[in-house]
Amino acid sequence: MVRLLQIEFIKLWNNRASKILITSYFLLLTSIALVAAIKFDIGPVQFHLADQGIFNFPYIWHFNTFVTAIFKLFLAIVIVSMMANEYSNKTIKQNLIDGLSKKEFIASKFLTVISFSLISTVFVFVVSMILGLVYSDYNEISIIFSDLEFLVAFFVKLVGFFSFCLFLGIFVKRSAFALGFLILWVILEQMVFGLLGWKVTSWESAKMIKSLFPLESMANLIKEPFSRLSAVQNIGQQIGENMSFDYQVYWYEFLIVILWTAIFVYLSYALLKKRDL
Amino acid sequence: METILTVQNLTKKFGFLTAVKDLSFTIEKGNVYGILGPNGSGKSTTLGIILNVVNRTAGEFSWFDGNTSTHEALKKVGAIIERPNFYPYMTAIQNLKLVCKIKEVPDTKIQEKLELVGLWDRKDSKFRTYSLGMKQRLAIASALLNDPEILILDEPTNGLDPQGIHQIREIIKKIAAQGTTILLASHLLDEVEKVCSHVVILRKGEKLYAGPVDGMLASHGFFELRTKDLEKLESLLEKNASFGKITRENGTLTAFLKEEMNAEELNKLLFEKGLVLSHLVKRKESLEEQFLTLTKNN
Repeated sequence: MVRLLQIEFIKLWNNRASKILITSYFLLLTSIALVAAIKFDIGPVQFHLADQGIFNFPYIWHFNTFVTAIFKLFLAIVIVSMMANEYSNKTIKQNLIDGLSKKEFIASKFLTVISFSLISTVFVFVVSMILGLVYSDYNEISIIFSDLEFLVAFFVKLVGFFSFCLFLGIFVKRSAFALGFLILWVILEQMVFGLLGWKVTSWESAKMIKSLFPLESMANLIKEPFSRLSAVQNIGQQIGENMSFDYQVYWYEFLIVILWTAIFVYLSYALLKKRDL
Repeated sequence: METILTVQNLTKKFGFLTAVKDLSFTIEKGNVYGILGPNGSGKSTTLGIILNVVNRTAGEFSWFDGNTSTHEALKKVGAIIERPNFYPYMTAIQNLKLVCKIKEVPDTKIQEKLELVGLWDRKDSKFRTYSLGMKQRLAIASALLNDPEILILDEPTNGLDPQGIHQIREIIKKIAAQGTTILLASHLLDEVEKVCSHVVILRKGEKLYAGPVDGMLASHGFFELRTKDLEKLESLLEKNASFGKITRENGTLTAFLKEEMNAEELNKLLFEKGLVLSHLVKRKESLEEQFLTLTKNN
């Protein structure tokens, strides 16, 4: 396993573009701390974002995992191109000839995906922990360590998303087209949802079906955290809107994403096995 | 003798096209093999199948004793297929380190192999800056990193300039001299003739011949003879049962043997009959002549 990771590390780290993207990704993950510095001071209106409770435990777990998940697009580019480049450079052929089995090849890519997700999760955990310890109003151990399922959801979400990228890379074989396909897929999921709700079934069941789609199921894992903020809640109450949403992460949501991950990894393997290089 | 590779009834179809048809041959340790055939005769497909990058339609192949999985076996094989494929953004050293990781061998041999192919000075240049000849030589260095039991080369001199071709051939000869088994696919006959002891000849995916280079045609070679009295020589040879066809061209008599006879024997025989030769050469048909005969007749 270490060998497979080392192989992938050599390939990635010697590539300047990947190196820059990976570094900037992790810098961006850290940069969420800068949100704390957002301060407005316009005469009587004083606004300090850090004081609005976004860094309160356990809310910070929800907020940070949601916001940082947006940066995953950087790694998506790296992952799609690390797969597609093997095709365009024909190095995949050479790798296999040199004695890497097809299973090992996919395993090395998937292990890289797992490592990226794991490191990201640890990163978000550490950054959030520091921010929370500095700004949170509540510092009891039991509160700090509650709602940690958002970190697990973050990890599963990243693994799922990157596995999808991996599959697209192998399926399309060209990084630019694969990324285009990814965007197309986002639109496609929404369109199918729209069509289902409009023509086929009720909007209720269309929503149910939609939550089974790969990208939608990943998005569902961590729901938007903004309406949970007390400031937003206050405004909601003032205008008479009921703002009680369900923010929980459910086990079946995990299950759907894990299932998609398995499907994507298996399809990548099957595709590689079937193709003549 | 130790068998390195056994191929049995291998078939590969691409849709309607049959690229390899019921092909069988074995490769023994220590020989230098050539796979000969015109373009599109299935050479690269055959190599692709045994190297795990092309799926076979039917048939079997097994490496070594037949108990090792293909990808494990490939760690003991060095192979270059068509174009050299490396990571363009990595230097020679970085690329070779990666290959060492894949083949699970220590990277201590990198310097030795780069020196062998004459690339040690350029070890820190990125692969994309290399010329085609250098890329090809790097590929050879990479294939040799594990001191392979067999080296497989597919058209190694394709697209190179004369110096490049010469360099690659010298390297191949050096490696062959060390006793490494080599499998060389090529459509360049002189290339195969210069280095190979055995050949497999393919045409349209079918095997025409497999065996030693000498045994390709059941021929004993021919004599080229010159003397003052050609008439007498010709009539003498026609009466001799050892000779078949005799032709005369530009004052030289070419006499094809029907059975084995060496030059001294003939010289002695003719001298006893009072004929003194001014020119006596015994030759075998070149591989090219044999190859053309084989592919034409079928």
